[in-house]
Amino acid sequence: MADTKKFLYVNRKAPYGTIYALESLEVVLIGAAFEQDVSLAFLDDGVFQLTKGQKTDGIGMKNFSATFRALGDYDVNKFYVEKESLEERGLTEADLQEITYEDENDDWAEKPSIRFVTRAEMADIMSEQDVVLSF
Amino acid sequence: MPYDVNGTAVEHDEEGYITNLSEWTKDLAGVIAKAENIDMNEEHWEVVNFLRDYYDEYQIAPAVRVLIKAVSKSMGPEKGNNKYMYELFPYGPAKQACKIAGLPKPTGCV
Repeated sequence: MADTKKFLYVNRKAPYGTIYALESLEVVLIGAAFEQDVSLAFLDDGVFQLTKGQKTDGIGMKNFSATFRALGDYDVNKFYVEKESLEERGLTEADLQEITYEDENDDWAEKPSIRFVTRAEMADIMSEQDVVLSF
Repeated sequence: MPYDVNGTAVEHDEEGYITNLSEWTKDLAGVIAKAENIDMNEEHWEVVNFLRDYYDEYQIAPAVRVLIKAVSKSMGPEKGNNKYMYELFPYGPAKQACKIAGLPKPTGCV
């Protein structure tokens, strides 16, 4: 498609407590229908959105962390996670859930969607975008 | 008016999607299908059950494009195509089948 733009959704907030994380995900899902080049960035407290083993029964919220695993089906498969944000919160790559997509250009091989990048690399990624939406 | 499942009232929104997802039963699915003018057969159930499993795993109702791709992967391309799915659910497989499956309206579906 000729008019494809690069969209980056920047997620900076913890998954629950505010509506930002869920709203961001909803916008990603709606936007995915328009066949744009979509990436997600997770930094600051936003890295908590991808942690595994989330349990939300006690706060009466839907555990939407499972929905990130469906995004591969929507051709959303670039999840940039900032290494410094993880470290500052005592998290490691192993604390995050596994998210994969099937690469249609490589015989549907399963590949990881999460890419760990440094703060400097994240800045480069942001500057390459046509549209940056911050949540 | 709420759905009437053997005397039990089940609330729904103005478009017919049930309000409390945990109230879903097979009997309710039959009642919703009837309201949609759909006579449930095995093929319909296959899609409805597939959607419920999908929701269980991912916590969303898939968009129609994604549903068809996923059905094609798990049940084969002879079922995972527009024609087959629209024959089963003429007013939109994602919309109607999700309603019968007791899921919320698919995100991005107007």
